[in-house]
Amino acid sequence: MTSVTATKRSGPDDPHGGRGGRDGQGGQGGRPRRSWRPGPPGPPPQGKAFGDRAAWFLVLPALIPILILSVGPLLYGIALAFTDAQSGRTRSTQWIGTLNFQDLLHDTLFWDSFRIGLVWAVGVTVPQFLLALGLALLLNQNLRLRWLARALAIVPWAMPEVVVGIMWRLVYNPDAGILNETVRDLGLGDGRDWLTGLATALPAVILVGIWAGMPQTTVALLAGLQNTPRDLHEAAALDGAGAWRRFRTVTWPAIKPIALAISALNLIWNFNSFALVYVLTSGGPGGRTRLPMLFAYEEAFRYGQFGYAAAMGCVMVAVISVLLALHLVGRLRGGEDR
Amino acid sequence: MRRVPVRRKPTTREASRRESTGLRTGRAARTGQYLALLAYLVFLAFPFVWLISTAFKPARELGSLHPTWIPEHPTLDNFRQAFDEQPLLQAAGNSLVAAVSAALIAVVIATPMAYAMARHRGRLATAATGWVVVSQAFPFVLVIIPLFLILKNLHLINTLWGLILVYVVWSLPFALWMLAGYVRAVPAELEEAAAVDGAGRVRTLVSVVAPLLAPGIVATALFAFITAWNEFFFALVLLKTPEKQTLPVVLTHFLGAEGVADLGPLAAAAFLATLPSLVLFAFIQRRITGGMTAGAVKH
Repeated sequence: MTSVTATKRSGPDDPHGGRGGRDGQGGQGGRPRRSWRPGPPGPPPQGKAFGDRAAWFLVLPALIPILILSVGPLLYGIALAFTDAQSGRTRSTQWIGTLNFQDLLHDTLFWDSFRIGLVWAVGVTVPQFLLALGLALLLNQNLRLRWLARALAIVPWAMPEVVVGIMWRLVYNPDAGILNETVRDLGLGDGRDWLTGLATALPAVILVGIWAGMPQTTVALLAGLQNTPRDLHEAAALDGAGAWRRFRTVTWPAIKPIALAISALNLIWNFNSFALVYVLTSGGPGGRTRLPMLFAYEEAFRYGQFGYAAAMGCVMVAVISVLLALHLVGRLRGGEDR
Repeated sequence: MRRVPVRRKPTTREASRRESTGLRTGRAARTGQYLALLAYLVFLAFPFVWLISTAFKPARELGSLHPTWIPEHPTLDNFRQAFDEQPLLQAAGNSLVAAVSAALIAVVIATPMAYAMARHRGRLATAATGWVVVSQAFPFVLVIIPLFLILKNLHLINTLWGLILVYVVWSLPFALWMLAGYVRAVPAELEEAAAVDGAGRVRTLVSVVAPLLAPGIVATALFAFITAWNEFFFALVLLKTPEKQTLPVVLTHFLGAEGVADLGPLAAAAFLATLPSLVLFAFIQRRITGGMTAGAVKH
C-alpha cells in the first residue's frame, strides 16, 4: 500500500488505480472515466473536511477486517490450491505444486458441473434479461397497475433464497403441487415429477432462477429507462419513427451501459449460485443440476478435500475473470453511447 | 439530471400514447399492455400465493388429489406443527442476533470509509471501488475454505460471533457503495460553509453531515440486516449444531424425505421466515431502488 497522494483534481482520476482493468475502469485516455456501475462519479468536491492522514483514520476500521477476512482468505485460498490440505488429517499439509490442477483437468465430474454451471448462468441470465426488459418498458408507461407490479416485485427480491427454493418445491410437487394440477386441468396428461426427471430438472431450476432474479434486473433497467431523454423520444415520434425504431435508436443506446453492467453481474452471480439449487434438487438427479458451487461444497465439506476444492475455486475465478474481460471489451467497443 | 424539455410538457395521455409500444392505435395497444402486465403479475405472484395457501391448508386437503388455490377450511395447525418439529424460535433468535449485530457493526465501520471514498477522490477511493467490484465477482468457494480454517484456528466455528464477523465483511461492499452514494448527495458546499462559520472538522461531521446521512445509514443497516437474515451458504458451513443454526439452515431440515403430510409445516415455517424480510424491504424498497437509480443516472 502506498500512501495516499493528494493530487490536484482537474480531470478524471488517474487511470493507474485500476488493476488490469478488472474493475471496469481501465484507463481510457482523455475520455471521462466510467465506473463499472453506470454513471461516472460526481464532480470532485472542492473542499475536503479532512487531510490525507485523517482519511486513513476514516478508512482503517473497515479496511482491517476487509484485509483479514476478505483479501487474506483470497490469497490463502490460492495458496491452498497448491497443497494437499484435507480436513481431519494428522500429518501436516504438503506443497504438491500443480497436482490438484492436473487432477482437475481429468475430472470429468468437475467439467460436467462446469458445463452445467455455464448452461445455468446463461440460461437464467438471458431470458431473465429479456423478460425484465419487457417488464421495465411496461412499468415505464402510465399504466394503472404499476404500483401493484412494484409491490409484487419486492417478493422475490426480499425472500431468503432457501424460501424461494422451498416455495417452488411446493409448486413442482408431483402430487400436491399446483403445476401438475394445472397440467391435469388443461387435459395435458398427468404431469411429471419435474425436479427429479432427468430431462426436466435443469430447465425446472432455471425457471426458478429466472423468477428469483427478475426484480433486481427490472429495477436496474427501469432506472436506465427513466434516464432516457424524453424529448428525443418525442422528436423521433414526430419524425414518424415507429415504436421498434424508436427503441433501437433512442431507448436502447440510453440503457445500454446499465444493460451490460447488470447482465455481466447476473452472469457472475448465477455462475456462483448455491442456495437455490441446493434446496431445490441438491444437485440431482444424477448430478444433472450440480452447479460448480455445489460440487466444490461437497468436495470441501463432505469429503474434506480442501486443497482440491480451492483449486476448483481458482479455476472458477479465472473463468469469471475471462468473462469480465470479455464484457469489458464489449463495453469499450460499444461504449460510445449518447 | 433530467434535461428540461423545450416544448410544452405533453399531457400524460399524449405522452403515454406516443410512447406506447407496438400499435399506434391507442386503445388496442393499451389493452395489449395491460394483458402483458397481467401476465407478469401472475408469473411474479403465483408461487407466493401457493406458498401461503399451502401454509394454511389442513392436512386432509394437502393430501387430496385435486389441490385447490384457496384452502376450504383454513387452519393454523401447520404453524403449530412446524414449531413442534423444529427449533424454529431458537433459530429465529440466532438469526436475529446475527443479523442485528452484523448490520450495526457494518454501518458503524462502513460509514467513515464511505465518507472518505466519496469525498476523497484518490488512489484509495479507486482501490476501494475496485475491491467492491472484485469481491462481488469471486466465488465464495475460494474464500469459504480459508475462512473456515482461519475461524477454526480462532475457535469461532459453530459460534454466532464467527458468523457475524463473516457477515460484516461480506455486507461491506454493498454497504460502502450505498453509503458513498448518500454521502455524495450531501453537498460539499454545506461542509465548506460550516468550516467558514468556524466549526471544526469533527463538529462539521457530527452536526452537519451526520443528520443528513441518517436516513441513508438506516436504510443501509436494514439492507445489511435483510442480507444476513436471508443468508444460507456461510451459515450452513460455519454452524454445526442445531441450537446454533440460523433460520434458513433449520428450514432445510424440513426437507429431505418430505411426504405430502409434511408440506404444510414446511410452507408455514418458510412463510414465517420470510415475513421480517418482506416487511423491512417494503420500508427501504424505495430507497434501494432510488439508490440504484441514483447510482445509475448521469449527474
